[in-house]
Amino acid sequence: MKVTEKTGKTVEDAVTAGLIELGVEREKAVIEVLEEPVKKGLFGLLGTTAARVRISYEDDPGEMALDFIRSVCKVMDVQAVCGVERRGEFWSVNVSGSELGILIGRRGETLEALQYLTNLAVAKRVGERIRIVVDVEGYRLRREETLIRLAKRLSEKVKRTGSRVVLEPMNPHERRIIHTALQDESRISTFSEGDEPNRRVVISLRRGREF
Amino acid sequence: MKELVELLAKSLVDQRDRVSVVQTETDKMVNIQLTVAPEDMGKVIGKQGKIANAIRTLVKAAAVKDGRRVHVDIDQ
Repeated sequence: MKVTEKTGKTVEDAVTAGLIELGVEREKAVIEVLEEPVKKGLFGLLGTTAARVRISYEDDPGEMALDFIRSVCKVMDVQAVCGVERRGEFWSVNVSGSELGILIGRRGETLEALQYLTNLAVAKRVGERIRIVVDVEGYRLRREETLIRLAKRLSEKVKRTGSRVVLEPMNPHERRIIHTALQDESRISTFSEGDEPNRRVVISLRRGREF
Repeated sequence: MKELVELLAKSLVDQRDRVSVVQTETDKMVNIQLTVAPEDMGKVIGKQGKIANAIRTLVKAAAVKDGRRVHVDIDQ
């Protein structure tokens, strides 16, 4: 967050000076009037005191993401604590609290929607595409572990029976977890088939060894 | 629910002051009508309705506590 305090003859003068100093448009800034100009002496014969304002604006995408998610939690009447950290190319937001199943939804559907809208809302404010990963109560990590276990188990089954296995529909991120988990299996190949949102991973024996 | 739709829409559009949300209710249903400037329609609908669906998903989650079905319509 960038902040400045400015004084001026009028509130407007002080605000303008502050906006120029920060190089920010008025709509993106938060303006607080600290002191209104007051006339001194009888009928203001001794002049007026200066106006003082505080101007701030958020320039950190991580903080913007937190702002957005906190507002969403508030209007959804969900008690949650949020934190953010930068991890190289992207920002990672963690939401924790009780009763957060509501923010995860069936197979993480609500969490995906929240993450998608957070990315759009922040990109809108920053003016460029920013990647933000939102997790609720470590759901993504747990889901990843579950998917890796599932991939290993099914690949063993494919090796044993020789017939291919089609998984349930998953989003691109989840499909990638499956592909990555099995990429070093020399006897197994994985690919996706079908159209979004019903695209599924298929695990089969590597071609040429099928029969 | 109305507040949520309003918050989401205002975070996405250019013309925030042209976002309006009207909520009508029956004992089983909540109908939410979102109106935005014509130029902002794409920003709340998205390719193949992806953004609109994300908004609906969040609103449905918010409605779980309430126990009623929610329907979100978007208009210009």
